[in-house]
Amino acid sequence: MTLHYLPFESDIEETERKLHDLELAAPGYPNAPAKDIQHLRERLQRQLRDVYENLTPWQKTLVARHPDRPQAQDYVAEICDEFVEMHGDRLFGDDFSIVGGLARIGDQPLVVVGQQKGRTTKEKTQRNFGMPQPEGYRKALRLFRIAERFRKPILTLVDTPGAYPGVGAEERGQAEAIARNILEMLALKVPIVTVVIGEGGSGGALALAAGDRLLMMEHAVYSVISPEACVAILWKDGESPDRAASELKLTAGDLQRLGVADEILPEPPGGAHRDPAAVARTVKEAVLRHLSALRERPFEALARERQDRFRRVGDTLVNPPS
Amino acid sequence: MGLFEKSIPQELWVKCEGCHEVIFKKEVDRGMGVCPKCQYHFRLTVTERLQMVLDDGALVEWDATIGTTDILGFRDTTTYPDRIEQAQKKTGLTEAVVTGEGRIMNRAVAVGVMDFRFMGGSMGYAVGERISRLFDRARERDCPVVLFSASGGARMQEGIISLMQMAKTSAAVSRFREVGKPFVSVLTDPTAGGVAASFAFQGDVIMAEPRALIGFAGPRVIEQTIKVRLPNGFQRAEFLLEHGMIDLIVARPNLKTTLDTLLRLLSHTPS
Ligand SMILES: [Zn+2]
Repeated sequence: MTLHYLPFESDIEETERKLHDLELAAPGYPNAPAKDIQHLRERLQRQLRDVYENLTPWQKTLVARHPDRPQAQDYVAEICDEFVEMHGDRLFGDDFSIVGGLARIGDQPLVVVGQQKGRTTKEKTQRNFGMPQPEGYRKALRLFRIAERFRKPILTLVDTPGAYPGVGAEERGQAEAIARNILEMLALKVPIVTVVIGEGGSGGALALAAGDRLLMMEHAVYSVISPEACVAILWKDGESPDRAASELKLTAGDLQRLGVADEILPEPPGGAHRDPAAVARTVKEAVLRHLSALRERPFEALARERQDRFRRVGDTLVNPPS
Repeated sequence: MGLFEKSIPQELWVKCEGCHEVIFKKEVDRGMGVCPKCQYHFRLTVTERLQMVLDDGALVEWDATIGTTDILGFRDTTTYPDRIEQAQKKTGLTEAVVTGEGRIMNRAVAVGVMDFRFMGGSMGYAVGERISRLFDRARERDCPVVLFSASGGARMQEGIISLMQMAKTSAAVSRFREVGKPFVSVLTDPTAGGVAASFAFQGDVIMAEPRALIGFAGPRVIEQTIKVRLPNGFQRAEFLLEHGMIDLIVARPNLKTTLDTLLRLLSHTPS
């Protein structure tokens, strides 16, 4: 059973509660309704599949933000055989909304950097709900430079509502920090693979995602603006974020069609939080596969190819090949 | 200059945003769009900017044919093509940036000027492409880039493609940096969001106009998030200078000569 249900999961919740009650009661009752349990399990799977195969873009946004969804540190714990977290930007401080460090997956050493929203109230506050400040981006950049110096590939895990809009963040140059990360990532002479594991919030996400490959979890979203903010700016009349989410084309499928995402990583029915270990295996396999393909490229050529990749984004949409 | 702009009906009087006085427009125009009472720098049209900066105000425009595409079929209370048409009518421009080649005190420069009146100077595919090609052409011609930003950020009607323009223009800047010619970024009122967080803050020299609003998040978003009234002068050019985020603030009467000096010092090698 999961801890939290989304508004469109009421049937799933009801079935799961019944199932839970029966399973708890079963051992004490000689005529335990094994058939009923089996029946409910099948119904649950059917409901999960029905709902999750037909999620609207707004519903996907809610799944991407699900409080039980695996976060960057969960993936690191499942995927990496070793991980040493490294702190601080050497300029101002340490931003807990970004975690990063040296890691090893099998015999592949690498640098991992990800946004971490936090789960408990205390942790969320400490991690600023995954909204980085300039020092977070500068810490990430510092780790990227270490990766380049020691010729290690980079894995970034994106999960943020966006860069933090605060007084201190502006004082310390939020725009400059993001602009610099993008510019420098585009010139790094090591492979960079990004996985959007939850929410890809605009420039605050891109600052970790200017890499060679963009992979998206099936129910992750990546958008120039949140549906809530978009609806407030463009509709102004109490229209629901549903509408903006649909117009923005922010789902993994949309991004693949638009040529921004390279691959969609499947999630179990009901979302990644229903089987984090299986989802982590999927991510691990995909990351290693892309890294090993990228390792074949001369590192000198990688940066140029990365720049060309972003230079071409949208070209075929604007000038369709005849 | 009829190339870029139709004539816009001239009002005789304008209200100054700085001191809220009503001022004779001719007086403002004569003073390079600067309020004679409080030195407030009015937002300029592309034509006004080019007249102020380039020799004879002459620009050979590049990539004007790169137009807007409704990539997503975006529709809010009106359609995206309708909004584009309205912006074109209002400004006489085809998109929110004009790029080309001109001369500053007889030195060839690649110039870009954004216009906030065109959908808030927002950056979609066409703006991103024109700016990227500006850097490409400057690289091919081995000449410096001077780029005037004025933008609220990304063009949300183009969704993720507009966000990708931040990476695209950055890729063009990255390539341009290889030739060793300077990129002078001039931040004008306002420069925010995706434009601030990409090429605008990637200049070798970053200068701003007095009191220009510059930042990542807009002040209203910040106020709503932190529920605190923002300090006076927050995110203004002077605030950024104080916090070490820009190189210098230049008032319009000194703009052209300052650009010339910077470009000369960055290009000159002793014989
Ligand atoms: Zn005034």
